[in-house]
Amino acid sequence: MSDLSPAAPPRRNWLEQLEIDLRLLGMIGAFALVCLCFWIVTDGRFLSARNIFNLTIQTVSVAIMATGMVFVIVCRHIDLSVGAILALASAMMGMMQARWLADVLGLGNPLIAPLTMVTGLAVGTAIGALNGWLVGYQRIPAFIVTLGGLLIWRYVGWYLTAGQTIAPLDQTFLLFGGAEGTLGVTASWIVGGLASLAALWVILSGRRRKQAHGFPVRPIWAEGAVMALVVALIMGFVAILNSYEVPQAKLKRIFEARGEAMPEGFTAGYGLPISVLILIMVAVAMTVIASRTRFGRYIFATGGNPDAAELSGINTRLLTVKIFALMGFLCGLSAIIAQARLQSHPNDIGTLDELRVIAAAVIGGTALSGGIGTIYGAILGALIMQSLQSGMAMVGADAPLQNIVVGVVLVFAVWIDIQYRRRLGMR
Amino acid sequence: MIPLVEMRDISIAFGGIKAVDHVSIDLYPGEVVGLLGHNGAGKSTLIKCLSGAYKPDAGEIYIDGQKAEIRNTRDARALNIETIYQTLALADNLDAASNLFLGRELVTPSGLLDEARMEAETRRIMARLNPNFRKFAEPVSALSGGQRQSVAIARAVYFNARILIMDEPTAALGPQETQMVAELIQELKRQGLGIFLIEHDIHAVMKLCDRAVVMKNGQRVGTVRVDEVTDDEILGMIIMGKKPAQAA
Repeated sequence: MSDLSPAAPPRRNWLEQLEIDLRLLGMIGAFALVCLCFWIVTDGRFLSARNIFNLTIQTVSVAIMATGMVFVIVCRHIDLSVGAILALASAMMGMMQARWLADVLGLGNPLIAPLTMVTGLAVGTAIGALNGWLVGYQRIPAFIVTLGGLLIWRYVGWYLTAGQTIAPLDQTFLLFGGAEGTLGVTASWIVGGLASLAALWVILSGRRRKQAHGFPVRPIWAEGAVMALVVALIMGFVAILNSYEVPQAKLKRIFEARGEAMPEGFTAGYGLPISVLILIMVAVAMTVIASRTRFGRYIFATGGNPDAAELSGINTRLLTVKIFALMGFLCGLSAIIAQARLQSHPNDIGTLDELRVIAAAVIGGTALSGGIGTIYGAILGALIMQSLQSGMAMVGADAPLQNIVVGVVLVFAVWIDIQYRRRLGMR
Repeated sequence: MIPLVEMRDISIAFGGIKAVDHVSIDLYPGEVVGLLGHNGAGKSTLIKCLSGAYKPDAGEIYIDGQKAEIRNTRDARALNIETIYQTLALADNLDAASNLFLGRELVTPSGLLDEARMEAETRRIMARLNPNFRKFAEPVSALSGGQRQSVAIARAVYFNARILIMDEPTAALGPQETQMVAELIQELKRQGLGIFLIEHDIHAVMKLCDRAVVMKNGQRVGTVRVDEVTDDEILGMIIMGKKPAQAA
């Protein structure tokens, strides 16, 4: 045997004792570098509370879809139709709330927003499931199925709306867009506190499970450091969003709408946008699915070796349907947020999103050869791309240059990832 | 003594070609039986009737003296028949525990994967099969051929295999690793498992097996105890279909 290593674990340096994922660290480092550069070039404007607030809101729609794209790509497929599915779901929802439901229930009926959203999610899920059936059971390559979808679904939506932009939207529905729907300062602190407690519980229960089986755990100081870091990140994020104040003119309008006079010197912070809260919940749910459920395990197993998965009794065809249906559901969810942010349904909504979503997943370390990818990576990838774009816009770079830079970063990120994996002896 | 497996008069044809033609073989607990023959001699087809991948046209299979209906791989698994495939059937990107439990994961009461318990179980079984195995956290792509093979074998053994089918388990391995798999087979024998070993390499058969069944053109040439024949006699059976005097 070649691996007659001693039973005692080798001495480890402090970084290894923290057991922080090096890839995650690298990605955060890259993101920090991008932020730092723009921070210097823009004299600090890039990291102002206002810009961070806008940046997160702009990232949500692509980031939500990117988490689903991780599963699709890990399973050795691709989905080029996400932007088109988003457009059709958005067209359906636009017509529902502004025309059909408004005619039946009357404008402003509280049922309009929930019915509209359920419709959007159902449309997305159904088209996704159809894609999955064509790929899994009919054996048409995903590239072809979704390339067709890219051409089909947006223009089905176009016929639905007769090519018109649909507006205005339902007032409740608009809360999901970002700036129009935030939790406010107090509720944001509460959510941040609860999230911190939940994170601590997850870390500690994981530690207890390991100890119960006699596995090595982090030393106490390292566990404490990780917990402190996590809580600091969560509460720091909330603090920044809380410190971005609602403009006085807007506050005045709100008070006037309520028929009250605004008190002298009144201020209010935006706090956590509902759309960002949805992204966070999606991220947590998708991470749990990826790492702690049979469904997620089978996705990664099938991506790693489809034959092995089949021989192990996994129904890989049904699995494909589920993956694409989930992707479609997330497209519907993103459609809600994108449409509410734009406060209308324009026919070009989500154009080129398929490329942004795939790029986000790939920059985040998802390998197109299958079997490898993480949810947090995809979200960080989306954040890095949006930062580049908005930072360059701030500096005054024109759109062609923005595209060139994002393209270069995409190829460079994948190259770095390949080098890193080669170092580790992975493939 | 009742044989663990008895395959009686098995025949299976594909489009008029008799892949297996009235072949009978048996296997006893704690015994390793080698299946030898050229490519296309019918040994893999015969054994796939036992693992549930094929259904024979004629013939019967008895497990512990009881007539068994094996319609698919699930039926075979239910009878504690496990197969280790030539291609290893491991997902390279997952760790040993994930591969061992693939398709049969342990879950917590809330339905989530119980990673810690699966790893603990994996450590327990690997301590028995391959005490030097340490790479529990790495994906199996980082393992050597022999270590991968021990994961594949652990997978069969963990789920209480009583009948193990191994399709050229050492084909892709170096000499040291082949030695390791050989030791593993001896260990499983001692634990009372019955093993069918499909092999091309005569030396491996002579070393590992108690008996050898030689097949040619879908028919059984003969069954011999390996300590009663020479390498050349077995070679003669494989190439010319010549049955030595001591063969059954």
